[in-house]
Amino acid sequence: MKTIDKVHNYKDEYYPPIPTRGTKFWRSCFIYQFYKFFKLNYKIMIMVVKGHS
Amino acid sequence: MAKVVVLGAGISGHTAVAFLKKKLGKKHEVVMISPNSYYQWVPSNIWVGIGRMTVDQVRFRLDKIYKKWDIVYKQAKAISINPEGDKEIQKGFVTIEYVAQEKLGQTEKVDFDYLVNATGPKLNFEAVEGLGPNGHTVSVCSYDHAAHAWKELQKSISEMEKGNHQTFLIGTGHPMATCQGAAFEYALNVAFEVKKRKLAHLADIIWITNEYELGDFGMGGAFIKRGGYVTPTKVFAESILAEYGIRWIKRAGVNKIEKGLAHYETLNGEYKTQEFDFAMLIPSFAGAGIKAFDKNNSNITNTLFKPSGFMTVDADYSQKPFEQWKASDWPETYQNPTYNNIFAAGIAFAPPHSISKPMTTPNGTAMFPAPPRTGMPSGVIGKVIALNIVENIKYGTTDYTHKASMARMAAACIVSAGYGVRHGKAATMTVSPIVPDWDKYPEWGRDINATVGEVGLAGHWIKLFLHYMFMHKAKGYPFWWLLPE
Repeated sequence: MKTIDKVHNYKDEYYPPIPTRGTKFWRSCFIYQFYKFFKLNYKIMIMVVKGHS
Repeated sequence: MAKVVVLGAGISGHTAVAFLKKKLGKKHEVVMISPNSYYQWVPSNIWVGIGRMTVDQVRFRLDKIYKKWDIVYKQAKAISINPEGDKEIQKGFVTIEYVAQEKLGQTEKVDFDYLVNATGPKLNFEAVEGLGPNGHTVSVCSYDHAAHAWKELQKSISEMEKGNHQTFLIGTGHPMATCQGAAFEYALNVAFEVKKRKLAHLADIIWITNEYELGDFGMGGAFIKRGGYVTPTKVFAESILAEYGIRWIKRAGVNKIEKGLAHYETLNGEYKTQEFDFAMLIPSFAGAGIKAFDKNNSNITNTLFKPSGFMTVDADYSQKPFEQWKASDWPETYQNPTYNNIFAAGIAFAPPHSISKPMTTPNGTAMFPAPPRTGMPSGVIGKVIALNIVENIKYGTTDYTHKASMARMAAACIVSAGYGVRHGKAATMTVSPIVPDWDKYPEWGRDINATVGEVGLAGHWIKLFLHYMFMHKAKGYPFWWLLPE
């Protein structure tokens, strides 16, 4: 008989937020991630340059 | 003519010699002493450990690049430092022992006007019985360890393909180990590779860590703006692990490894075990173990180094409780206070204290991550030391203008969570500064607007882009000096 894990509680792994399908879609959406690539790179470079001296 | 000697060709030492030679030119001598024949871009070792990159993609030979740059390169390890010289040599020198075949075992005294100690860490596998590639676990701390890890990982994958269940134990292998980020990346990448092969139902992946809470990463955790909330990295880290189906054991200090069995102590003093088929556990770091002597040949190792083996620099080492730690405790110029022509860069400098709050188990075991000084901070520190030495040589400047306190420096950490240009993923994390400054940022310890935590394909592209960018820089390709550390 197949055991069904009914209790989604009382285990560490059930407490943190889990991404929805929508979140997963945006994380892998090529166009949106292309925009994110430049946005994050810009943010990182600004921080890196500021942190040099 | 001044002579600058750099010990260690890691990220910090390699950056230091590159800038020293570029700024000093042919008028002055720059010497690199390193036991390694290759430079390696350590952050990409994760991909070697899952078979997504070859060893040759993350390393290159040092002799060629140093020949091109006119840097004297000695493939040797430093044994001792005599900052005052001795009866024969009237200036400071380093005693080295060659490790390359032609001069294997020969020793030499290399004198210096300036010395930069960038020896990096000694991977202290010996601190835990059975830990490391010579024991029962693997590591991704160097390219050869990562290649070995991939070999062992393939055996587990092969077992799963036969229908056999496998338990993967990944994390920290010592109660005071650091580099949680690298181990975290490896856990995520193993989960990604297992899932990609449709074997996830046969894998039990467990993250084991000495952190008080997940997401501490040796920097006391951080807070990020996410989804309309200011969220601790604990939630961020737990969320990613849960998404990837990875269980975790936190507040655990591994103290012994047997074949297929890890022994650990918990922060509340319990002794437990965890079985495994494959284990990648990061060891604790120690200093390179270099001795120091004065001109009368008296041992002054304790003057130059802390008991951990890391070098004493311009930090505030006074013992004080966690609540009284200040951003100003952290060094700025990395100059030894006794010998002002000696500097320590990257992991080789002794931090004033940890960043994470010190914890001790009821049995007296210290259990908290040591402060991370790898990657970007290492490169920046190496460059800042080089620029200060250059100004001192050229203009006699002793009031150093170039400073790189980890309590002011920002850092970016791209946590790979799966390889692939279309389906890869990574968590991009930035913090500013690395060491929280509670006086400047009383609410969150850091600049909340500069702290980022995002998961997505873009992060993988950034990590891949940074791999090629930093390899370009390290190889001294055109305009390398324009690229940041």
